[in-house]
Amino acid sequence: MTVAVRPAPRSFQEVILRLNAFWADRGCVILQPYDLEMGAGTFHPATTLRALGPAAWNAAYVQPCRRPADGRYGENPNRLQHYYQYQVILKPAPPDPQGLLLDCYRDLGLDPLRHDFRFVEDDWESPTLGAWGLGWEVWCDGMEITQFTYFQQVGGIACEVPSVELTLGLERLAMYILGVENVFDLPFNDPAAAAPLCYGDVFLRAEREFSAYNFEHADTATLLRQFEDAERECSALIAKGLAFPAYDQCIMASHRFNLLDARGVISVAERAAFIARVRALAKACCEAWLAGERAGGQPALAVG
Amino acid sequence: MPELLLELFSEEIPARMQARAAEDLARLVSAALASLSPADVRTFHGPRRLALVAQVAAATPEERTVERGPRAGAPEAALAGFLRKHGATREAVREEGGYLVLDRIVPSVPAAEVVARELPSLLRRFPWPKSMRWSGRSSFTWVRPLRRILCLLDGTVVPFALAEGDDDGHGLRAGNETEGHRFLAPGAFAVGGFADYRAELAARHVILDAAEREALIRRDAARLAEAEGLSVVEDPALVAEIAGLTEWPVALIGRIDEAFMDLPPEVLRTSMRVNQRYLSLRRPDGSAAPRFIVIANIAAADGGSAIVAGNERVLRARLADARFFWNEDLKRPLETLLPKLAEVTFHAKLGSQRDRVDRLVRLAGELAPLVGADRAKAERAALLCKADLVSGMVGEFPELQGVMGRYYALAHGEDGEVANAIRDHYAPRGAEDEVPAEPVSIALALADRLDQLAGFFAIGEKPTGSGDPFALRRAALGVVRIVRDNRVRLDLGHFVSADVLDFIAERLRVQLRAEGKRHDIVAAVLGRGVDGDLVRVLSLADALETFLASEDGANLRTAHARAVNILRIEERKDGRSHDDPPEAALFAAAEERALAAALDAVEPTLARELAEERFTEAMATLAALRAPLDAFFDRVTVNDPDSALRANRLRLLSRVRRAMARVADFSKLEG
Repeated sequence: MTVAVRPAPRSFQEVILRLNAFWADRGCVILQPYDLEMGAGTFHPATTLRALGPAAWNAAYVQPCRRPADGRYGENPNRLQHYYQYQVILKPAPPDPQGLLLDCYRDLGLDPLRHDFRFVEDDWESPTLGAWGLGWEVWCDGMEITQFTYFQQVGGIACEVPSVELTLGLERLAMYILGVENVFDLPFNDPAAAAPLCYGDVFLRAEREFSAYNFEHADTATLLRQFEDAERECSALIAKGLAFPAYDQCIMASHRFNLLDARGVISVAERAAFIARVRALAKACCEAWLAGERAGGQPALAVG
Repeated sequence: MPELLLELFSEEIPARMQARAAEDLARLVSAALASLSPADVRTFHGPRRLALVAQVAAATPEERTVERGPRAGAPEAALAGFLRKHGATREAVREEGGYLVLDRIVPSVPAAEVVARELPSLLRRFPWPKSMRWSGRSSFTWVRPLRRILCLLDGTVVPFALAEGDDDGHGLRAGNETEGHRFLAPGAFAVGGFADYRAELAARHVILDAAEREALIRRDAARLAEAEGLSVVEDPALVAEIAGLTEWPVALIGRIDEAFMDLPPEVLRTSMRVNQRYLSLRRPDGSAAPRFIVIANIAAADGGSAIVAGNERVLRARLADARFFWNEDLKRPLETLLPKLAEVTFHAKLGSQRDRVDRLVRLAGELAPLVGADRAKAERAALLCKADLVSGMVGEFPELQGVMGRYYALAHGEDGEVANAIRDHYAPRGAEDEVPAEPVSIALALADRLDQLAGFFAIGEKPTGSGDPFALRRAALGVVRIVRDNRVRLDLGHFVSADVLDFIAERLRVQLRAEGKRHDIVAAVLGRGVDGDLVRVLSLADALETFLASEDGANLRTAHARAVNILRIEERKDGRSHDDPPEAALFAAAEERALAAALDAVEPTLARELAEERFTEAMATLAALRAPLDAFFDRVTVNDPDSALRANRLRLLSRVRRAMARVADFSKLEG
């Protein structure tokens, strides 16, 4: 039985709160954002690592995403270099994940009898994670509001139990639900609160400053050195079977690469090589994590 | 005959894969159930289902066969082995024609049993371009999760399941239920037979037949457009895709913000088509109208106003993006993008796009005078023709390559012909596409293709029977069409190697065959020697075709065949050719002298007429050989006992062969 359509949320944060409540009610572990910079919620170890192996895993969380090259100095109403994704990972895939997602929309006030929901082919692939899956972009009235993927492979390893990954772009979804055309006008807290704030009040200055950093001021020599340090550290930790700390270094390397890319210092030919280096790290981390799981959740190699 | 109804109900199937999957289903089911002689096989496809209906025999026919065993009187062990192999007893064996034989009856099998046996393995090996796993308990894959199997034989469920050993087959087993529209008629319902199935789906807001959905989309879109005095820009591929995205298509019309109407119409249309699957509209004068048509998959409770409002908002954001690219791109003259082309690899062994541009400049410059183009303009167009590949707009919409280059060129004051060539050098892109007609465009379009062909042939990337990853056939066909349609006179052999020229000539033959023309005549003309001037080849072929249709031509061809045949046999016998000129002193018959005289007259005239490309006259000249050659064969015996006379006659025939070979290789003619 489907859930009833609720009145629409009134603010950005209410969208998040509703999502947390909805997925908590469906048995998910509600996690907090991972404390490292990353380009997409998929990079969170709760998705990348936990998608592997046989154990059941249902989790949902908000993840801030950094896309340095998407910075527009706060001048584009739809593009941000820092935004939020809501990420749901369901393993094993439930019997009717599409129905579950549609219930989630109803809970956010979107009525499928008034809107036009569509599942449009979109095969997902992350070259840096060595991951791919099949699924759709979910459209609401022509707008992509969710990326829906059945994971087939992560870290170059076939998923023993395929997971469903749902990724919702929170700003875009909230703008749609709240009828706002400029992200910076999005009500952040309750508009009836004593001090109502909009998205721009919270983030506009940061967007401007980070755009300047990403495109103009990030020191490329430092970034390159950090990339190489993270790469070396990652490999060293993998040798000790410490999958989680190693994977942190992989995330760091990946983000340094994104920053270097935004600074325009990576040529087309080098780009492929950088991606291959990150992928090699991700693959090794995934293998180390799986080896640890098989050994009962302990590091695969003796520590020290 | 019983009716077989099969439906495979899944999560959304990619639109582009549906039609092919329906064809595959028809083919595989027809093959797997061949013993039931399926008839009237029809398939249907849509976002969530593939369906098949067919008439099948109630059972396979009973078959009688005779198994032949050992010879009568063979050792006992041989018979025992034969009986063991067939699980038969000695009493069942009889003797026939000196052998021991066994009558066997393969009993009739009911249709339901055959269907239940064949379908699971058929579904397991279904050839989806990409398929997926969705459970750890089954290795059964499908394009997206398969949720139901409906399989009825005259209304009765054919029982089968996908489970196999440890594999739970996702718990899928054939039943009699399916589902209607996801939102308008949720839940499963039972089906009796095909008529019932189709009608019940329609009642539940699902139009089963994709062709019907397409027709509905066209009709409703046209109505909405007409109501505003507009017409829909035809786009059959898009309509087919939309029919693959909707089960219950409902056309709605929305507005494009006037603020975006100054963007190039190609940008509006591409952004709407690629990102949003909207149909574009045009005014009676052909200009882009500030409206779009979106096909929803639902008859919404509010008549679609929320859907239209939502789509309009999405489109504003999309077009704001397009506007951003347009404005940014306009700031930079194309020439300033050239350094970026050096970073774009054309092919690892053929360098960057910048390297390619350098080659195109040289080639277009050489071609320009041959096609009546201004050399400087052709070189300029070549220099700029790939620059838009690194513009923001083309990065977003690769299909706008060339189109954007033209706009950017014009915006920065480039010559009109140069700008047009930047756009048109990609033409013709396909069989339907027009061929460039302006001289500068012709020069660049030819340069682009000749460089592509020469380059890939040089690195050994020739197309194979199965693969042509660099679209070289299309490039060669483009050369053929550009040269033919514009009657471009040039020797392609000057620009490409012999194997590339052969490849182009092969495309010419294929093209002529597709047009229903006599491609063998072109083959014959090409057989007289490599000729890189396709216009000359074709006009000689035309003259030859007319000649062969005449009595003289047909007759001469027969006589020539006879001459060649005799020469082939005798030359093989002698182990040498007889290509020396015949000696007048050895002519014994008047017909020999007459034929030699005719050749004396024909050869220089023919050579002159061919050189001057007066091909019709050349054919008339050749016709003069007919009478003396016929007379020669009537009265003269080639294989004279006097070996000197014989050799001389062979030389005379060899001279005929040589003369005619200047026109064509007649042995290549068919029919």
